[in-house]
Amino acid sequence: MPKAKVAFYWCASCGGCEEAQVDLADKLFDLVEAADIVLWPVAMDFKREDVERMPDGSIDVAIINGGIRMSEHEEMVKLLRRKSKLVVAYGSCAHMGGIPALANAYTKESIFKYAYEEAPTVNNPEGRRPEVRASFDGVELELPAFLDYLKPLDEVVEVDYYIPGCPPTPEITWEAISSILSGKLPPKGHVFGSDRALCYECPLNETKPEKISLDTIKRPHQIVLDPNKCYLTQGVLCMGPVTRGGCKALCIKGNMPCTGCFGPVDGVSYQGAKALSFFSSIINIDDENTFRKLVEELGVDPLGWFAKYCLGKGTIYRKKEER
Amino acid sequence: MGDENFEPKIVVIACHWCTYQAINLAGTSRFKYPPNVRVIRVMCSGRSDPQFVIEAFRNGADGVLVAGCHPGDCHYVNGNMKTMRRTVLLEKMLEQMGIERGRFRREWISAAEAKKWVDVVTEMVEQIRKLGPLVMRSGGGDG
Ligand code: SF4
Ligand code: SF4
Ligand code: SF4
Repeated sequence: MPKAKVAFYWCASCGGCEEAQVDLADKLFDLVEAADIVLWPVAMDFKREDVERMPDGSIDVAIINGGIRMSEHEEMVKLLRRKSKLVVAYGSCAHMGGIPALANAYTKESIFKYAYEEAPTVNNPEGRRPEVRASFDGVELELPAFLDYLKPLDEVVEVDYYIPGCPPTPEITWEAISSILSGKLPPKGHVFGSDRALCYECPLNETKPEKISLDTIKRPHQIVLDPNKCYLTQGVLCMGPVTRGGCKALCIKGNMPCTGCFGPVDGVSYQGAKALSFFSSIINIDDENTFRKLVEELGVDPLGWFAKYCLGKGTIYRKKEER
Repeated sequence: MGDENFEPKIVVIACHWCTYQAINLAGTSRFKYPPNVRVIRVMCSGRSDPQFVIEAFRNGADGVLVAGCHPGDCHYVNGNMKTMRRTVLLEKMLEQMGIERGRFRREWISAAEAKKWVDVVTEMVEQIRKLGPLVMRSGGGDG
């Protein structure tokens, strides 16, 4: 039987997802045993032309991480979609936009202004900005364009499966890759991980009462967390109840509340909205002014607190930004 | 913006026991109000999941109103208190997402307050007419 052909590709990525793939460690040998890696920019020297030369549909599975931020990402994932039988969105950026999608709360203009002019470490007296086309000494250069918004992968191409996490754990990565390679295909659109909330697999779940009612909430840096008691009952926001399980409560075991990187469980479209709703249910304040005051005092930043990884999914792109 | 023919589309999520009755009363009393609303009835304003609001904006609403019973009058004891807390936060979240203040509103409208319903809707339609159709533009951070 010919070996399966696997492609890895990165879009707007922090490098964490690539790290998670490398962290497969000895499983990587199992992977090369079972499959030929035909594209892997982080580790191997293939070029776009190499992919273009491959016949359509000849790659068995393309595993793509990072969000779609540049025109180049858009072109590459469309190319990979054409060349591949299956496309897998890997990591929260590809899945839901991830942390880079928080930039969708700002315009392209203000991002550029900050990054190329205002940031304290920038030294750019001429205020130069990246241009798509430039010529130097008679040579025409072309750079990828910065798109108006960061989009999750499935807003640009059809996606067959999702591997969640920021980054996904090596365990879930292997579970997903080996199940796909062995032909045990889950239904299309499946998100690997558990279909129940993280709390179900959290070692602190036994200490979580049926009903939680808090007068205020603390940030993790304001408290010394007791590692043996559900963080919510200690008055610290934990996204466990509104987050898909599957990471084996990695952060909780590291004494950090969950921030929600595995995304929502099936059936929830906007994890941030769900989390906001959940938070509203456990705070026990009925007077609107008192509640508003608390929200101000705590500096609640709803996108950062509740929608840290999923804004790409919730962004309202109604019309192209006109500026 | 400045489009003379722009007719705001406003999605209203109204609780069955208070606001929906007020809307009925406005009808039977033959009060006049702008026809820009699409009303969705829920049993309690506490059922108006913030996801519904985002979904409405994503599907073409220019404004969303969540309305229910006054504090203390909830048919389900304290469903509307959850609505209060959610909408306070949601208002902030929507603003961060670049949806201008005024496009989302929460009101307490009792079964008897048909006049308040008419006033709220009229005011909201006017306000959104001024804002123009919803386009995703800046986030709250940069005006
Ligand atoms: S999902 Fe997380 S680890 Fe992966 S590229 Fe995005 S930010 Fe980095
Ligand atoms: S809320 Fe957090 S700490 Fe508590 S059981 Fe759930 S995941 Fe564990
Ligand atoms: S505990 Fe939460 S934030 Fe941490 S890896 Fe699991 S899902 Fe992600």
